[in-house]
Amino acid sequence: MSQFEQIRVMFGAAPQKPTVVTAEAKQVHSLKRMTKADFEAIKQHARDHELVTHKWRNRRWAVLIFANLLFTFSFWLDIQILEGALTASRFVGFHLIDLNSALQVMLAHKHIIVNLFIGTATVFVLWALLGGRSFCSWICPYHLLAEWFEWLHLKLVSRKLVSEHEFHRGTRTVFWVIFALLAAVSGYTVFETISPTGILSRALIYGPSLALGWVLLLLVFEVVYSRRAWCRYVCPIGLTYGIVGAISPVRVEYRLDKCFHEGDCRKVCLVPHVLDVVIKGRAADMTTPIGPDCTRCGLCVDVCPSGALVFDVKGLSKLL
Amino acid sequence: MNDKKETAAAADGTALPPLGEAKPVVINTRAKAPVRKQANRRKFIRSTFMIGGVLGLAMLGYLPVASARNSRLRPPGALEEKDFLSSCIKCGQCVQVCPVAAIKLDDIDHGFGVGVPYIDARDQACDFSCDAVQCILACPTGSLTYIKPAALNIRAGMPLAQPPVLKAKEDDPEPTLNLRERIGVARLARPESCLAVQGKGFSGQARGADFRGHLRYVSIDRWQPVPVREHPYERELCDLCVTECPIKDAIQMIESVAADGSKQYRPEVLEQCVGCGVCEMICPVEPAAAIIVDPRQPWSAS
Repeated sequence: MSQFEQIRVMFGAAPQKPTVVTAEAKQVHSLKRMTKADFEAIKQHARDHELVTHKWRNRRWAVLIFANLLFTFSFWLDIQILEGALTASRFVGFHLIDLNSALQVMLAHKHIIVNLFIGTATVFVLWALLGGRSFCSWICPYHLLAEWFEWLHLKLVSRKLVSEHEFHRGTRTVFWVIFALLAAVSGYTVFETISPTGILSRALIYGPSLALGWVLLLLVFEVVYSRRAWCRYVCPIGLTYGIVGAISPVRVEYRLDKCFHEGDCRKVCLVPHVLDVVIKGRAADMTTPIGPDCTRCGLCVDVCPSGALVFDVKGLSKLL
Repeated sequence: MNDKKETAAAADGTALPPLGEAKPVVINTRAKAPVRKQANRRKFIRSTFMIGGVLGLAMLGYLPVASARNSRLRPPGALEEKDFLSSCIKCGQCVQVCPVAAIKLDDIDHGFGVGVPYIDARDQACDFSCDAVQCILACPTGSLTYIKPAALNIRAGMPLAQPPVLKAKEDDPEPTLNLRERIGVARLARPESCLAVQGKGFSGQARGADFRGHLRYVSIDRWQPVPVREHPYERELCDLCVTECPIKDAIQMIESVAADGSKQYRPEVLEQCVGCGVCEMICPVEPAAAIIVDPRQPWSAS
């Protein structure tokens, strides 16, 4: 998938089969077809020697919890390292401002003071370097809660107690545009009112609020009706960071030669459309960087029994 | 993936029982297309309802904003309410820097005002213990500001005639607060319950033994506000609102002689009142204070 195509998919388009496939990739595709028995045998071998690991998940949870507690303790213990909430804060005095909150405020208020600009620019550079939507999986407290409730949802689905309902992924783009327009036209930061990220972050720092009821409602909806609905189909924060991530060097890379096309990665993924490339015959090249909608959560890296998905920093791996 | 399953299941249900060897294939390929279309249509309708639902719930946040008759008392330097709500990024940095913890954040029952800071003056007023108006310094978006951007309007009666002099730093080279506009104005709302009006004195803890509010007493410690309950008063005529006011020349006690020759007293709010709410907090009349701050009220000389 070209980068342009990957961005189109992030905005809601369905992934397409590649039109141009490199000769090398074509050969691998055909080899996998031709030697079916052998292919099955190596696949089984890989399965048998698979290391069940939660390395990246554990690292990510640790970072997420640490970052959010740093906010909390900066206030509670008055250690003043990370003051504020996720929407806007100061890290040892340096302004950090969440990109989507900044966008909402800029559109609603139509006046940008220096601190707002500095904080927004700093965070833009930070997440452009660190992978864009890695904000979602490595920092956002709602992501972690939703991940735990997703486990419950999948349990209920497997027991046929609830059924899964998908929405069109383009809804998130629609929400992004509507919330931007609403802010600009009404002059209120409408999205911030219902943002579970902001609500949870503030609750963790300033104490529980009635607003947590809304967050709970969202989680219940995700458990009984639609898997990870907020992150997948609604949250404009994810799209904002996704756009930033389009230029990021940090991403997950797919390696065709190591893949057995079993699809475990797509089952654990929050955004399985970015893993369309792992479907047999879809890869256009030997290695493919996963698209900007990927949250760099590493669940696929952990789950792949044959190491076909790995974290990669563009340019760095060549350098080393 | 789920859609495919749904489609396949529906196709099985609607497909006719196979009659010959070749026919089922034909029937299946014919039946599949409309069913997939139907599933897509359902997904589209579901998505449309979801968009409507989420937006509807988000817009409900306008109701509390529209129906709020008395706006909240906002921290010093706050822009006009509409501008304040649009510019506040709801991070609570103002809450974190306030030395007397006067600033709280609103909850979702305030709609668009969720996470926006306010001051409940009766519980804990802003007494400018920080000297520099720390909340203004902390605000990353200019919701709280010393100087308003030129494009924003300034209502008549909101600017202070002179820079407010802070009693606590009256002897400093720069005794003023860098505040241009008031956040409200105090008013003797219940003169009948005012102790001074009744000619009464006051002795004891101003707000009782359980009151948690703090106030800076320069005579005790200029930099460390202390709990009000630890600072009992002894006054022959209650004048706490006048003596505890942190701003110079913002309130005074008026003495007059009645027809029967007896002396009458009454606290009078002056134009330098910034609306901080210390008088409302310290007023010992319970439960409702005799003097209160009207948030966002302009000064009117009447």
